[in-house]
Amino acid sequence: MNARRWQSLTPYLLLLPSAVFLLVFFAYPMAEAFVLAFRAENGEWTLKFFQQMISDVAFAPALQTTLVLIVILIPVQFVVALTMALLVQARLRGSSLFLYIYAIPLGISELAAGIVWFAIFTERGYLNTLLTGLGLLAEPFIFLSYERQGWLLLAVVLAEVWRATSIIMVILVSGLQGIPHEYLEAADVFGATLWDKVWRVILPLLRPSLQVALILRTILAFQVFAVAMAVAGTGITLLAAEAYRWYWSYRNPNVAAAYAALIMALSITSTVLYLWGLRTRSEELAL
Amino acid sequence: MAEIRFEHVRKTFGKVVATNDVSLTVRDREFMVLLGPSGCGKTTLLRCLAGLEQVDAGRIHIGGHDVTHLPPRKRRIAMVFQSYAVFPHLTVYDNIAFGLRMQRKPKAEVEKRVRDAAELLQIADLLQRYPAQVSGGQRQRVAVARAIAVQAEVLLMDEPLSNLDALLRLEMRADLKRLLKELNATVIYVTHDQVEALSLGDRIAVMKDGVILQCDTPLRVYDFPASRFVGGFIGNPPMNFLVGQVTDDGRRVRVGEVTFTPPAPVQAALRQAGRPDVWLGIRAENIQATTSATENALAGVVLVAEPLGSHNLLTVQVGEERLKVNTRADAAFQPGQALWLHLAEDKIRWLDPASTMALAGSA
Amino acid sequence: MNAPAWSRRVARAGVYALAVLMALWVLLPIYLLGVASFSPQLGVYQYPKPFFPQPFSVETMAFFLKAHGVVRAAQSSVVVAVITIGLATVVGAPAGYAIARFAFRGRDAFRVLVVSTRAFPIVILSIPLAVTFINWGIYDSVYSLALMHTALALPFTILITSSVFASVPKDLEEAAMTLGCSRLGALLRVSLPLALPGLAAATLFTFVLSWNEVFAAVILTVTNRTLPALVLTQLNESPLPYRFAGGFFMLAPSLVFMLFIRRYLFNLWGRVVK
Repeated sequence: MNARRWQSLTPYLLLLPSAVFLLVFFAYPMAEAFVLAFRAENGEWTLKFFQQMISDVAFAPALQTTLVLIVILIPVQFVVALTMALLVQARLRGSSLFLYIYAIPLGISELAAGIVWFAIFTERGYLNTLLTGLGLLAEPFIFLSYERQGWLLLAVVLAEVWRATSIIMVILVSGLQGIPHEYLEAADVFGATLWDKVWRVILPLLRPSLQVALILRTILAFQVFAVAMAVAGTGITLLAAEAYRWYWSYRNPNVAAAYAALIMALSITSTVLYLWGLRTRSEELAL
Repeated sequence: MAEIRFEHVRKTFGKVVATNDVSLTVRDREFMVLLGPSGCGKTTLLRCLAGLEQVDAGRIHIGGHDVTHLPPRKRRIAMVFQSYAVFPHLTVYDNIAFGLRMQRKPKAEVEKRVRDAAELLQIADLLQRYPAQVSGGQRQRVAVARAIAVQAEVLLMDEPLSNLDALLRLEMRADLKRLLKELNATVIYVTHDQVEALSLGDRIAVMKDGVILQCDTPLRVYDFPASRFVGGFIGNPPMNFLVGQVTDDGRRVRVGEVTFTPPAPVQAALRQAGRPDVWLGIRAENIQATTSATENALAGVVLVAEPLGSHNLLTVQVGEERLKVNTRADAAFQPGQALWLHLAEDKIRWLDPASTMALAGSA
Repeated sequence: MNAPAWSRRVARAGVYALAVLMALWVLLPIYLLGVASFSPQLGVYQYPKPFFPQPFSVETMAFFLKAHGVVRAAQSSVVVAVITIGLATVVGAPAGYAIARFAFRGRDAFRVLVVSTRAFPIVILSIPLAVTFINWGIYDSVYSLALMHTALALPFTILITSSVFASVPKDLEEAAMTLGCSRLGALLRVSLPLALPGLAAATLFTFVLSWNEVFAAVILTVTNRTLPALVLTQLNESPLPYRFAGGFFMLAPSLVFMLFIRRYLFNLWGRVVK
């Protein structure tokens, strides 16, 4: 009898440390964050931190820039990632080398990526060098200027596309490998062009992976902050950067927590939207 | 002494009852085959014996010891897995030596036993290779060598031949039979292939839905199946079954135009059962087909004639039923042809339609 | 396909060109930063920028490394990463094994829970933890940051180890048990050796995760900064050579690690794909 009891308890015992850890470091801070954001020093429940957050001069631009960034970022990244994933799946010669190269950015931090693209866009940087070398510019163009919000945003978008597309790509490749190639062969036999195949066969069957990848990427995108600081300095502000600023420069963890709560809410909303918009009927999944 | 005793073993997985109150005694050095379709509980029974599953109720004894709650390593068994489970990160030598090393046997003895086992399985030249470098058939031999090297009293085999291609399977079956005869072990062999079962076992336990339907020598299981299922499962083609009408208070059975007289014990059983109908089981090779009507022959029409080289297999429509009949290879029957079937009366088995079991006196 | 052979070849060449183009897109920026980091200091300010280091020089990199606090920060980063690896493996690998080998009630729920933790914004985790750590007196220490990083790395560790163990057939362990091993013995002698490459990849991935992490690092450390935290806070006041060399130094390890990890990339999302 003892042997059986042990056998059935073993998995739970093995799981226990992880469960405790996750509880302490995820559930607890979550709860704490809400307390910080909604409770004043005297213990009262209050919205004053949110009011402080919203009425701050940097709030609207930060929110707007973050949303614009995401709206631009996600489609672009998705297209690039899908292209990369299809290229890898095409089994060209050296496709494992391509996979390695495309996946390199996975190991690059936000900060390093930001510095990389800063080196390109900065006044004495490589882009200007190229453009004057090609004769398109007479003198270096100051891309990263505070007045040129458009260029600043573009630089950040490029940096993020460069860095974070690999995350989506890896998920898509794994999803593509799950599509039996007989479906594509059948499509070929029945006269489908590449566009047809992608649009009518691959994408629909890829929906679960797309869902996962987009949810993950969007949530991560709401937290972008070091990239912007490295590329644009103080020229661009994002929600996560504002959270950092309130915590660090203004020594106000409560408003910082309010920002954190806002980011959380936005993440959840977008997740729900993705889940709803990309929901797959159970019949479709019975491949 | 390695007698194995299952006593009222019951094992469930969630709501599914894999083995339902199974009791079985396997004699010392006997080769017992557990035969049945997938899901019948044979593998579960084997794994309970190995200690890889814990029984929910009942006891298991090996060599007189109650091993019901012992872990596998304390049961003095050896096992060959269906997937072979040959360790990919060890050489063939190390694989075969594994059990011996666990027993902390001295190096010289390990060496000797490994070589002996490898010789027996004809893989002695592969000892330094890794499993990935040898073929599937050779890997199977490594698995068997590993199991016999430990010289356990009980050898368990879980469908060891099912992953081999047909030709190899035939060869290995003969090799195994020869090999296992020389061992001193009690062997329990699980398979869904009835040909393997008939060829290898001293006794066959036919299982279905978690119960043992019949446990007997191959000959008796073939000739005297205990139920319709057993008769249909064993033998290729399966046993034919006809419905007969009981008349004359159990003394006569009428099938179509033909009247049969069952043996006395069966007549008694029929009388007792009091049913108007009975099933007659007869094997394809015990039916004779003639082109002209004879006394006491069933009339039928040929549907399909399959020439199988050594004989022809006919599918014949008799009344409402289809029968499989063996004929000589040179007897040419055409589809649509009328013919008459003469059943060898001493080979007819009588079964009760209500319980699907053989009637008393049928054996 | 209906297209004639030459058009197929053109199409194939076109696809190849596209693949190469995208590869260049990934590699070029790294190369350019590398050029800048290994030019002489004056070369960093040079305009137009050369596309090769002229000449190759470690001046700039040395400038970065000798700058105040850099070596110490790099050491802190390594220490945090190593502690994180140790902790995450010790806590997470057993859970991964349990998920892979046992079918127990709540397994799927736990797996969903683990996966869903990746959706938590790090912002909402670090700020309260900073406050908590301050209250407990363990703020601004590599150990407390390592705890945070372990929490971040744990879901990955659990998912990767569970994929890795799942890919080791269960009956190898069972065979070992019938040959005289206890369950633990079977794990150590059979499953672990076979799972080692995957576990090593998980370790590397955890290292990269911790090495790169910025937000929590910058919130939870003040004097004991890790490298990303240090560079970030110095960013706006620091000269170009510092920034370029710092950036390159930070991304160099990943180039090496990704080489080793690439086979296990797909296990990161909990799916076992060859």
